[in-house]
Amino acid sequence: MTRRRYVLSALLVGIVALALLLAVGWWQVDGPGAEPETGPLPLAFSEMEFSLTDHEGNPVGPAALIGRPSMVFFGFTYCPDICPTTLADISGWLDALGADADSMNTVFITVDPARDTAATMAEYVSYFHPTIRGWTGSETEIAKATAGFRVTYERVPTEGNGYTMNHTASVFLFDATGRFVSTIDYHEPRDVAVPKILGVFGKQNGA
Amino acid sequence: MKNTFRTIATMLVLSLSSAALAGSNDIIVEKPWSRATIGTARPGVAYMIIRNDGSTPVTLSALRTEGARMAQIHQTSTNEQGVSSMAPAGDIVIQPGAFVALEPGGLHAMLMNLQQPLAEGSSFSLVLGFKDGEVSIDVPVLGFAARGPEE
Repeated sequence: MTRRRYVLSALLVGIVALALLLAVGWWQVDGPGAEPETGPLPLAFSEMEFSLTDHEGNPVGPAALIGRPSMVFFGFTYCPDICPTTLADISGWLDALGADADSMNTVFITVDPARDTAATMAEYVSYFHPTIRGWTGSETEIAKATAGFRVTYERVPTEGNGYTMNHTASVFLFDATGRFVSTIDYHEPRDVAVPKILGVFGKQNGA
Repeated sequence: MKNTFRTIATMLVLSLSSAALAGSNDIIVEKPWSRATIGTARPGVAYMIIRNDGSTPVTLSALRTEGARMAQIHQTSTNEQGVSSMAPAGDIVIQPGAFVALEPGGLHAMLMNLQQPLAEGSSFSLVLGFKDGEVSIDVPVLGFAARGPEE
């Protein structure tokens, strides 16, 4: 009898402990205690594999970016709001960097290669800072590039036969060895963005 | 001399009327601007601040401009993963004393099926349709890389 009671209470303690463990696990993984899902980080350029064409028709790939700090943004030229705004922001940061802008790679990669040919990219980037390069390529190669950067994109139909693209709109910063350093999120003010960029040069305050 | 004065007075009245409102006196539109487009295949945008100085809520439910076959308020949103998407925003209610900002990365007027490119330095007329009246504004077109009317 006492033995049975002992077994029962041990079982009960076990069940309560398990329930508690599950609750804590849920809280941390899916519940309110969970870290916001940020997704996996971009690979280093040396681990990426893709071949694209820049807006002047030159073959380019991740290896072309190693050796200088890089700033990379994905978007599409039919994007009316966030892409021109981000490229205008990037242009403003590059203006603030002065001569340092010439010592880094700044690349705008399209997620809509069906409409964004090299010629289209050439016209588009011509409206922004002169160091910005526009890259496009086949659907397959764009898919490989976005996979390396952990960028997601999706074609969404709009009224009247058109479509728009949902896409990751963060600006990615890489150091000169091609290692991912950080992102600049949409509409971070210039006094936050510019020091972040200087950070990939190993500089803190401009000079 | 008299004629010159009259011309100046007429010009003043004209320039004032383009900024003023035809419709509701309680709705004030500030800092409207648009961004130049490449051709007509890409949609245009317009940004502005819409203030309700009246004592009752107003509902913005439609947009109209001669330059575009379809105009709607759209909302860009960016999720925690940094993925941006855009969708029609539907009716927008502005409470008395409140304002709504149409600004880059948020709400914006989407101008689809443009009839002609929006050229930097030009301007176009945009009609904001409210549940109880219309407001017509003049929207200046800024440069392709513009970030706002302050520049």
